[in-house]
Amino acid sequence: MEIRPIFSAMMRNRTGSVLVALQIAITLAIVVNSVFIIGERIKKMNRPTGMDVDNIISIYSRGIGEDFNKQESVREDLEALRAIPGVIAATSAQHVPLSGSGWGSGLRAEPGDGTADVNAGRYNVNTQALDALGVRLESGRTFREDEIKYVENFSYARESVIMTRAMADKLFPDGDAQPGTTVYDNLNRPMTIVGIIEQMHGAWVNWDKLEQVMMFPEIGSGSSVYYIIRTEPRERDRVMPVVEETLVGLNDRRVVERMRTLTETKSRSYRGDRAMAILLGTVTGLLIMITALGIVGLASYVVKQRTKQIGTRRAIGARKIDIIRYFLIENWLMTTIGVVFGAAMTIGLNYVLVTQFELARLDPWYVPGGILVLWGLGLLAVLGPARKAAAIEPAIATRTV
Amino acid sequence: MFVYYLKLAFLSLRKNPVLTALMVGAIGIGIGVFMTTLTVYHIMSSNPIPQKSDDLHIVRLDSWNPAEPYDDDLPEEAPWQLTYTDMMVLRESDIPTRHTAMMKATFVVQPDREDAHPFQEVVRMTDGDFFEMFNVPFLYGSRWSREADEFAESVVILGRDMNEKLFGGENSVGRELQFEERVYTVVGVIDSWDPAPKYYDVNNGAFDESEQIFMPLSLIMPLEKYSSGNTNCWKDEPIDDYQGFLNSECVWFQFWAELTSVDEKERYQTFLDSYVMEQKELGRFARSPNNQLTPVMDWLQNVAQVVRNDNKALVGLSFMFLAVCLVNTIGMLLAKFHGKAPQVGLRRALGASRWAVFQQQLAEVGVIGFAGGLIGLALARLGLQGAALLYEAPQHLIYMDVPMMVTSVLIAIVASVFAGLYPAWRVCRMSPALYLKTQ
Repeated sequence: MEIRPIFSAMMRNRTGSVLVALQIAITLAIVVNSVFIIGERIKKMNRPTGMDVDNIISIYSRGIGEDFNKQESVREDLEALRAIPGVIAATSAQHVPLSGSGWGSGLRAEPGDGTADVNAGRYNVNTQALDALGVRLESGRTFREDEIKYVENFSYARESVIMTRAMADKLFPDGDAQPGTTVYDNLNRPMTIVGIIEQMHGAWVNWDKLEQVMMFPEIGSGSSVYYIIRTEPRERDRVMPVVEETLVGLNDRRVVERMRTLTETKSRSYRGDRAMAILLGTVTGLLIMITALGIVGLASYVVKQRTKQIGTRRAIGARKIDIIRYFLIENWLMTTIGVVFGAAMTIGLNYVLVTQFELARLDPWYVPGGILVLWGLGLLAVLGPARKAAAIEPAIATRTV
Repeated sequence: MFVYYLKLAFLSLRKNPVLTALMVGAIGIGIGVFMTTLTVYHIMSSNPIPQKSDDLHIVRLDSWNPAEPYDDDLPEEAPWQLTYTDMMVLRESDIPTRHTAMMKATFVVQPDREDAHPFQEVVRMTDGDFFEMFNVPFLYGSRWSREADEFAESVVILGRDMNEKLFGGENSVGRELQFEERVYTVVGVIDSWDPAPKYYDVNNGAFDESEQIFMPLSLIMPLEKYSSGNTNCWKDEPIDDYQGFLNSECVWFQFWAELTSVDEKERYQTFLDSYVMEQKELGRFARSPNNQLTPVMDWLQNVAQVVRNDNKALVGLSFMFLAVCLVNTIGMLLAKFHGKAPQVGLRRALGASRWAVFQQQLAEVGVIGFAGGLIGLALARLGLQGAALLYEAPQHLIYMDVPMMVTSVLIAIVASVFAGLYPAWRVCRMSPALYLKTQ
């Protein structure tokens, strides 16, 4: 009903309206894309890892000297660690999952040449590995004490393997891998799957094969080893210092360091994603603030300019609500023009982000969401100045003539 | 006249403090955000050794799997590192002015003092030419000799911090150190040296700090050291012991050559190509010949791609953010200049030329831009501190140098003058009579 006069008033101040619309359009493009990227990163950081991340401690130990006996040392250390009150399970491992440091290699479903390899993160572990990581055994069994080998030779023929469901399905796409199934290493030597675990993350959080993980019952050569220890809920922080004391107490002629919670290890691996989310969140927040303040500033100025005109309207019978409605509709019109162009700009910006910077493709439902937010934002921003306008006394009209 | 315009500008800005604050604030925040992301980008993409980045070349031979390229995303590129076999041959060439092979390995350091615990440290194992090639500054002593490389002498060079930790910062040249039950003699201490990007080895993080201990690469054989960095293997071959690992097709050595003339580079390329052809006869190098000599910046930008896509995208997004802030400012300037029309009308009627009015308005936006630039600078400093926290990077790595600071203020002024052009043009085009009438 009032749109036509408002629209023609806007057309008289075309530049101002175009500028507000342009600002709204760019804001929409940035906000929608940023919020989408933030959402993607949060989703990525919150992916289930398959492990009991909150209750796990890892620590590094490295023996010194010719007479250091790793096999004996690991046996002794594990026995002591498992005896600490509050500890559920402990295992030795060559690397810590989620740490960005690891070892990857491949297996084959059929003997053949190298190209058929299915790659996975591999972990050399001990008997209590599944409990120490808090991963769930789907079928089969965990490693037995007599299976754990001390391996000095890289190309040693492994006999048994535990793998994630993701790895098993990659090897056997029909899903018929089960405990007892034979797989082959890179020299085509057979080994048996003894257990399949539901899920576990490997070393590199940006690797597309993060879910492909396998474990071997062995202690690798060299003088260094990690211990992975899982505690009862809420016992982790109490157990941590005891772990270090225990290891140093058993043998102080060694390096014991890098004691970390798995929570911290995970957080380090995702710091790039977290930084991106926080930086974009800051930009988005500031942008919304700037746009809102800009609308407030401009509207206040317009109200001041039109004081006489508003007073005259009031004097000839316009109610307060009519004045407020005028400003709300005017703002809504400008925002609407802005979001129409902004929607196209949002898609365009996402295209650039996808093709140039390898970011994810936008879920289109974010666009109407963004439009609703900007509509709301515009109306909220203009409400204050509009109410100020409505408070103008009709008498003003006569006073200033 | 300029000073007079500035005075008028201040008067006019003080008349509308809220609008002025909004404009200055918008430009300040826009510049602050843009300069934060631009500085991070600037640091990541900077040249770590401008004096000789065109002479230093990373040497890569495509010894990889005939069935698939080393990197699916960059199929034209050879692996980043060399096999032991190839590294040992390249090390014998006398064509390059200097060259060095290297890798990193962990050692247990056993300090002399009774109260000090042994600790583990990452050691760069390299050839003596390393220090001259990469312009490493020495505090005490100097590089080890070529003989030390040849005979695998037990010598070390310490970083400044490590020398501080082990010897309290004194001149430790000639002192002895024990690593893993073996004694090494200190021959040099280097000053603070931390190139960013860490171009000579980007394998485990292009912005990692430099190592604090260096020793001859030849020591890997007697010590049977493996790399603590990146080792990549593709071939289905049995590896039974250390010698088997050395003979394998696994790549684990970085190799750099300093080639100071076109002729030198061509001769070296020929040498590499003929070496690979020889090896082909022996059944190695099944891929088509691809021996690459890549200078530092080409390496960092196009192959190692050390600037993360996230950081490039952030620069783009924050530039758009700055654009919003400018559009915002244009809108407010228009409104403001519109309000000033009667005053301008009066000045024009009294004889001021359009050009004079135009200049006066631009002086005003210049002042806004300058103030916004200063605020932006302060915000960018805060932003960079935040970024350092987020990326868990040392504060000294993420900082704004003087050229970037000057750039910030200049961008702010240029951007706001640009934003002020149209409003100023509008206001000086007004017919004075129209506005004098309403007075």
